Amino acid sequence: MILVKIIKYQLHDVMRSKWIIFYTAFYFIVIYGMLTFTNDISKVLLSLMNVVLIIIPLISTILGTIYFYNNRDYIVFMLSQPINRTTIFLGLYFGLAIPLILSFVVGVVLGIVVYSSSLQNYFGILLLIMLSGIFLTVIFTAISFWTSIKNEDRLKGFGAAIFIWLFLALLFDGILLFLIQALQDYPLETFSLVVSMLNPIDLARVLILLKFDIAALMGYTGAVFQKFFGNTTGMLISFTVLTVWAAAPLFFARKKFLKKDF
Amino acid sequence: MITITNLKKSFDKLEVLKGINISIKKGKITYIVGPNASGKTTMIKSLLGLVRIDEGKILIDDFKLNGDWHYRENIGYMPQIANFPENLKVEEILKMVKDLRSNAPKYDEDLINKFNLKTEFNKRLKNLSGGTRQKVNACIAFLFDPDILILDEPTAGLDPLSSSILKDKILEENEKGKTIIFTSHLLTELERLAQDVIFLLDGRICFHGTITDLISETKQADLERAIASMITNKCA
Repeated sequence: MILVKIIKYQLHDVMRSKWIIFYTAFYFIVIYGMLTFTNDISKVLLSLMNVVLIIIPLISTILGTIYFYNNRDYIVFMLSQPINRTTIFLGLYFGLAIPLILSFVVGVVLGIVVYSSSLQNYFGILLLIMLSGIFLTVIFTAISFWTSIKNEDRLKGFGAAIFIWLFLALLFDGILLFLIQALQDYPLETFSLVVSMLNPIDLARVLILLKFDIAALMGYTGAVFQKFFGNTTGMLISFTVLTVWAAAPLFFARKKFLKKDF
Repeated sequence: MITITNLKKSFDKLEVLKGINISIKKGKITYIVGPNASGKTTMIKSLLGLVRIDEGKILIDDFKLNGDWHYRENIGYMPQIANFPENLKVEEILKMVKDLRSNAPKYDEDLINKFNLKTEFNKRLKNLSGGTRQKVNACIAFLFDPDILILDEPTAGLDPLSSSILKDKILEENEKGKTIIFTSHLLTELERLAQDVIFLLDGRICFHGTITDLISETKQADLERAIASMITNKCA
């Protein structure tokens, strides 16, 4: 199948680049370093969660944008071959998303294995953090593809992608808190529930923290999730919405890609 | 034969092609000439489906371009700048394109030998000079022995020796009956290669015919003056 072939050669290319090695090394050092400093596994995992929630969207956004613009002439070449556009698009997308996911997973697992930590009873949470990391990689790579396809000018494309990251990672929570504060006389549970589903980073946080079961860290949206759905249903719902989130930007990016003039 | 009827294309508000009507003959070397920003590359890219046309239709050997990609099996394209994954070696890139077009009947590796490209096979693409990249680009365009070759400034960046190897190859393929379309700013190439000339100006065709026709129609002494007079007289 041509799609598999395109992905294979993209993997060849990406796996040989320096930044993917740095990226793997980064996770290795983070997890290994934290395990060395403290014996409290739950603290290590909480810190890992915060790293995952901020760094993965940022790196996926930046690398996705650079990758798309750098490969532009190559994309034109591929499009002049007898291959359909959807195949090329998916080939490029998975050619980046797969190595990013692998390098995150390998870095973290390697750190844990080398330190020979048993993780005691925290295996489930680690899995959820990994899962969230994978979701965020997939989502933000797709978002960066979408903004890159939309903008011919690479500075504009880069700006748009970074703004989306900034908005979802930092501004979103602030605005939500402000709204809740300003409108505290009204019942806002349903409202905040719906709003938090609009942010994949929030959803990933809720997913992990519901498993962690630390109410104090859950934040407003987490608490509402727990109150409304309980832990298991809450996790299922955030998982489902994250899946939708993984598909939506990819769908729109593909649509744009099919219509684009190269 | 390639027939283009009333082809129009705008980028945002900029009208690039303003209604092109032309038929490009089979088995001929057709040269597309025109000043910068006259729409040459856009026209070529619409033939390849890289640019989605706004209006009009394109027929390639009775096949109407509609977004289906199979017709490109018969086309070899050499873009102005080609790029491939930076970390792949030249050999891997050739292997990759063969792999992606695995149903090609046969491979034409003539140019690879003539350019002596085998000595570069183990270099990664990011370590290649611009000229060598262009050679790889040319080899790939000819690799699948296509019926139609579309070359966008094929000799730009090539040294005189390689450039003449490429021109010989173009003539050789033409003798086998291939249709060749190319653009270039070098008039020497036009004189040596072109059998048919299409002159584009400001998104319109203002001349289509042989070089002799072009010179006699503009009443100039030589080709260079003929083209200059076409540009200054705005195709009047």
